[in-house]
Amino acid sequence: MESVFDIIGPIMIGPSSSHTAGALKLANMARAILGDTPTEVKVNLYGSFAKTYKGHGSDRAIAAGFLGFSTEDERIPEAISIAAKKGVKINFVPSNKPVDHPNTLEFEMVDKSGLKIIVQGISIGGGNVIIKKIDNYEVNLTGNYEALIVGHKDYPGIIAKITQVISSKNINIAYMYVSRLERGKDAMMTIETDDYISTDIYSTLSSLPDLNLVKIIHRL
Amino acid sequence: MNSFSTISELVSMAKENHSDISEIVLSSEAQRMQKDKEEIFNTMSHRLTVMRNSVEKGRKNYNYSISKMVGTNASSFDSFISKNTYLGGMVEKAICYALSVSEVNACMGLVVACPTAGSCGILPGAVLSVSEEMNLPDEKIVLSMFTAAGIGMVIGNNATLAGAVGGCQAECGSASAMAAAAVLELMGGGPDQVGHAVALALKNCLGLVCDPVAGLVEVPCVKRNAFGAVHALVAAELALAGIESVIPPDEVILASYEIGRLMPKSLKETSEAGLAKTPTGKKIESMMNS
Ligand code: SF4
Repeated sequence: MESVFDIIGPIMIGPSSSHTAGALKLANMARAILGDTPTEVKVNLYGSFAKTYKGHGSDRAIAAGFLGFSTEDERIPEAISIAAKKGVKINFVPSNKPVDHPNTLEFEMVDKSGLKIIVQGISIGGGNVIIKKIDNYEVNLTGNYEALIVGHKDYPGIIAKITQVISSKNINIAYMYVSRLERGKDAMMTIETDDYISTDIYSTLSSLPDLNLVKIIHRL
Repeated sequence: MNSFSTISELVSMAKENHSDISEIVLSSEAQRMQKDKEEIFNTMSHRLTVMRNSVEKGRKNYNYSISKMVGTNASSFDSFISKNTYLGGMVEKAICYALSVSEVNACMGLVVACPTAGSCGILPGAVLSVSEEMNLPDEKIVLSMFTAAGIGMVIGNNATLAGAVGGCQAECGSASAMAAAAVLELMGGGPDQVGHAVALALKNCLGLVCDPVAGLVEVPCVKRNAFGAVHALVAAELALAGIESVIPPDEVILASYEIGRLMPKSLKETSEAGLAKTPTGKKIESMMNS
């Protein structure tokens, strides 16, 4: 509790900070990770989301997140039909599969080029969220910071090269998380920063070999 | 100027400074966020506007929530009090406004969480009714919201504001304590009395469980917001009359935390017991899942 506005706030569309506002934020971040509004999404709802998503309007909030609405947007209640009109197909699938966190969502997204990404996240209360998984990589993204996701080959020195590029832009790294499937194979780095990350970092990073994905996720 | 972590620190800082608690909370926020007081004040003022809009929307709302459990209580009560008066203006408005905001929340409208979405009607219900009946300027209302927020920060940092951790005493109990503090300042009470108002309000919510029907922020939440707002008025007027809490506010906060930890998980937002598992509660739950 750092600020009076954590107590009197946030300003949000109800009814639940974790199941409405939090669900929207997770979808919004998933969309940013995909890099575009998906054309098709399968939403797997776990734990209490599976039981209460209809009454909490989590389905509408998730649709709103994929449309890029903010948690204050009064169009959230109609977001499902707005999404359908924009050609975003969303399928909600409640599941009773056991999960680590009681408020877990998973998005299987496809964009218009056919790119498929699976993102999993949790809503931890008060509208705060964490993206925990991108495809098979463990990550840790809160949306409270600017963030950069870099998919890269796992070899000595690569992390330093990437962080050098970031510091050359005068961007201060707040948190960093590296995850790999197997030594020497593909890995993914998520970097949360204090400072704004502008798109010119794409071209600077593209000079580095062996990067297969670079995405900026702006602070929510 | 430094920061505060307990109610007693907040009270003594205000007394040393010969100011209200709101002034201490506002100044320390400005210092912490490295912004000027005016900017912080304006941000709070915007929240007051959102609260007022929720009140206006809710009292004229004739639609139900998705579950159909709530939605029209505020408009029914609003039309009732336009023709009848039993409890009197301030109390009736507090009930009406708290129901309004809380039902706007349940119906997916725009609200200010305060401290949570489930308890969002209590503070606006209490402060807007009092300020209207007493003809107070907006500047005073906004300041009183800083007092409320300061109390909420202390509770959040020494106990919890989450129903899943402490039961509803953490949500509606905290909201009532915050609202009592704000109302007391609006009524012209001093820092010591704010402390007692907080203690009185929170004490009477100790042990309040969170057992919402079908896991939704509707039953008992919406009507509890109305009770919570009136509860705050009672605590404030008691304290204003010089009635003191035997147990000081900081000790009440720690007691509420202890009670919350002792409370079974089934009564902390999991909807596994209590109202949620009554025959009617279960029926509504299975309807929602079908
Ligand atoms: S009963 Fe539970 S969900 Fe309802 S307001 Fe209280 S703490 Fe929130």
